[in-house]
Amino acid sequence: MACALTQPDLHDVGTDFSIDAFLEREREKDLLRFSTAGSVDDGKSTLIGRLLYDTQSVYDDQVLSIRGKGTAGPQLDFALLTDGLRAEREQGITIDVAYRYFSTPRRKFIIADTPGHEQYTRNMATGASTADAAIVLVDARKGVLPQSRRHAYIATLLGVRHIIVAVNKMDLVDYDAETFASIRSEFESFARYAAAESGHTPELHFIPVSALLGVNVVRVSDETPWYDGPALLELLESLPTTVGSEIAPFRLPIQHVIRPHQGFRGFAGQIASGTIRVGDPVTVLPSGRTSRVERIVTYDGDLDVAHAPLSVTLTLEDELDISRGDLLTLAGEETRVARRFAASLVWMDGRSLDASRRYLLKHTSQTVPAEVRLRHRVDLEQSIREPGRVLEMNTIGVAEIETRRPIALEQYRENRTLGAFVLIDAETNATAGAGMVREVLTDDASAVDARPVTALERATRWGHAGVVLRLKAPSSVANAFERALLKAGVFVVRPPDDDPTTPGVLAAAGALVLVAEEGGHSISLRIGSSRAESLIHGETTKAVASLLRLLRESNVLHHQERTR
Amino acid sequence: MLPTENGSTYSPPIPLSSLQRVSHLRLLEAESIHILREVASEFERPVMLYSIGKDSSVMLRLAQKAFFPGPIPFPLLHIDTGFKFQEMLAFRDAMARAVGAELLVWRNEPAIAAGTNPIVLDTKRCCGLLKTQALLDALKHYGFDAAFGGARRDEEKSRAKERIFSFRDGAGQWDPKNQRPELWNLYNSRVHPGESIRVFPLSNWTEMDVWQYIHEEEIPIVDLYFAKPRPMYVRGEALLPVEQAFVARLGEKPQMVRSRLRSLGCSPCTGAIRSDADTLPKIIGELLSFRSSERANRVIDHDQEGSMEIKKREGYF
Repeated sequence: MACALTQPDLHDVGTDFSIDAFLEREREKDLLRFSTAGSVDDGKSTLIGRLLYDTQSVYDDQVLSIRGKGTAGPQLDFALLTDGLRAEREQGITIDVAYRYFSTPRRKFIIADTPGHEQYTRNMATGASTADAAIVLVDARKGVLPQSRRHAYIATLLGVRHIIVAVNKMDLVDYDAETFASIRSEFESFARYAAAESGHTPELHFIPVSALLGVNVVRVSDETPWYDGPALLELLESLPTTVGSEIAPFRLPIQHVIRPHQGFRGFAGQIASGTIRVGDPVTVLPSGRTSRVERIVTYDGDLDVAHAPLSVTLTLEDELDISRGDLLTLAGEETRVARRFAASLVWMDGRSLDASRRYLLKHTSQTVPAEVRLRHRVDLEQSIREPGRVLEMNTIGVAEIETRRPIALEQYRENRTLGAFVLIDAETNATAGAGMVREVLTDDASAVDARPVTALERATRWGHAGVVLRLKAPSSVANAFERALLKAGVFVVRPPDDDPTTPGVLAAAGALVLVAEEGGHSISLRIGSSRAESLIHGETTKAVASLLRLLRESNVLHHQERTR
Repeated sequence: MLPTENGSTYSPPIPLSSLQRVSHLRLLEAESIHILREVASEFERPVMLYSIGKDSSVMLRLAQKAFFPGPIPFPLLHIDTGFKFQEMLAFRDAMARAVGAELLVWRNEPAIAAGTNPIVLDTKRCCGLLKTQALLDALKHYGFDAAFGGARRDEEKSRAKERIFSFRDGAGQWDPKNQRPELWNLYNSRVHPGESIRVFPLSNWTEMDVWQYIHEEEIPIVDLYFAKPRPMYVRGEALLPVEQAFVARLGEKPQMVRSRLRSLGCSPCTGAIRSDADTLPKIIGELLSFRSSERANRVIDHDQEGSMEIKKREGYF
């Protein structure tokens, strides 16, 4: 069946069209951001294409440029409209986040169109980070696939308030109400897990659609008489956007101090939440000093009141030392100020999370050095937590963070701006991880110092457990092996051969103790007290590689990145 | 109320209370100001690319707002190809004076002296020399570590995937497959010496948003955007402004056509459109009726599939 593209006249520029009335309506419009994720064949591109096309947001030359191309036969291949990079067109997949814009008479929309594959989890998280809503596509024939679960989980974790489950390709299951209901109940049970694990509870919406035929996309269709909810676009038009952010406590991270002359000191920033009035008592964090709002200054004239998400400049009655990175709150509504907190992490860098690397944490308008220790990883396929100290690219976990300076912060679920941060690799400058504060931890530094260092902390620091390795090999192999370990950042020591007690003491201190014994042409490695003995032959390079592999397989070394 | 195909009536949802709604333009404005302030705070030596067009005009106003009552804390840089409309250059100098900003102008003088133009060379090589090379040279000459551009994601497919803070390597080049993830409004501004960031504060604005903002804020724009009788070489549907002598074909005579420019570029490569829109509301009304994108009248994007991406990789904005 050909793709029947009918364009309702949402922007009817007819004879009775009044530009003034149009501009008046436009002024009332607000903005909703939503994300989508999906893969090649689940109909995501068709759905987005339909939203764009049916709201007249695609120009003729853009349609002309994709006509007759792509893989959709005589129909328009909407993926070509959205896949903007050569690599994507060549491979026929969405790799990076693409932003799309469309509007209806009621509202403007920004779509963050993201890929759905597991290896692009970071792109999904990027799209979800600013979204008010997320559309999760489910193929009615296939049910809730791991990919749909992953997208729903990420959207939940990133605090998206509304998750819209679009059960697509309903035409291919004869608009069967039973199929829809069973997908709904399966999805709901996963959503409960995602909410419990992430600490966020989004509102769920389920819509049966056929993106290809336009069923329940722009308008509710007769094909699904058993469905009494809105069409997708109607729902998108009615979801609240910034509700609650004006009545939430006032938070203004200071971005910039404006000082054109001695008589003016303005503190500029974008209000993250809440409302502020001239005369309000305010507290500066982390210093805790207080003053009152003297003026709310803007280019368009002073204001009496300002609310989120406006960008403003405040002057205060008293001269306080305030700089970029400080937070302004209403007196009596201060946030916690802390150096330690637990956070969910989405890892985004090819270099895995490594407790021994230096990270910079960017939170609101400040950047501070931070230490990151993983508590556990989250396995979405099995819906379980798993132990581990390493977080690879596109995996999710929970970590404990300690910043060098105290910062004013909140739980992510309370405040998306005050609870979000990114981790930047201090050496490569890569944006390595995205974090969401789950829990602020007690910040009593003396209590932390008084506790004995645990084996786990040592292992976290060194990237390996303390262990004695007994190697029987020619000295050339032993030397090359020790060198390889050293290069990999391993805390490796080699005590004198005839010392019976030192190896055990060093291993308890967290070192990887190499006790080498000259051994003719054969090589054997005994790890700790276990009998994980292995015989290795061959030339030196190969022997060293095999020894390293053996260490990893026995979980002595935690990951490979450090050995490069 | 809008009638639907099956005869029922489509009722728009009940409006939320006005307190809970922030108009899209105020939201976009607040976000752009946040971006401008981040850059001014985190970089040693930022610069604003000022192309004189409508997007640049909006960006300039946003910069005035971001640092008010202080001055704009970075210079403006115009890459002059030598083929800009005379009206644009006069407007540029007047605007820089009006906002009190430092204006830098950079031209690839050797290429201009060598007679580079899009007819002698092809448009791709002409752009490469007069725009991209000139831009890279200027950024290097002044040692700018961040440069604002007025590009929007709705303009073109490869731009839809551009970050707000777009990392460029030591040679000023863009690697679309290796972009930094960008979450929330947390921008990674860290660069090694020689590397830089291109910043796009208008990323999320659409062409319609830009026009509406210009209308609401009464932002001055170049007169070329408004329709009036202008001399044009008429070639079928295409209108070519009479600005450079080499554009004319042998024996070709210009005609007066009521027309305007939808986007401003170099005169040899920017076609005009027939139009009666001589006011902002009329331009906005005309925009609603358009069925082709604003870059459709630019010669440069059509040379090759993905030509914008290729130019961006090489260092173009």
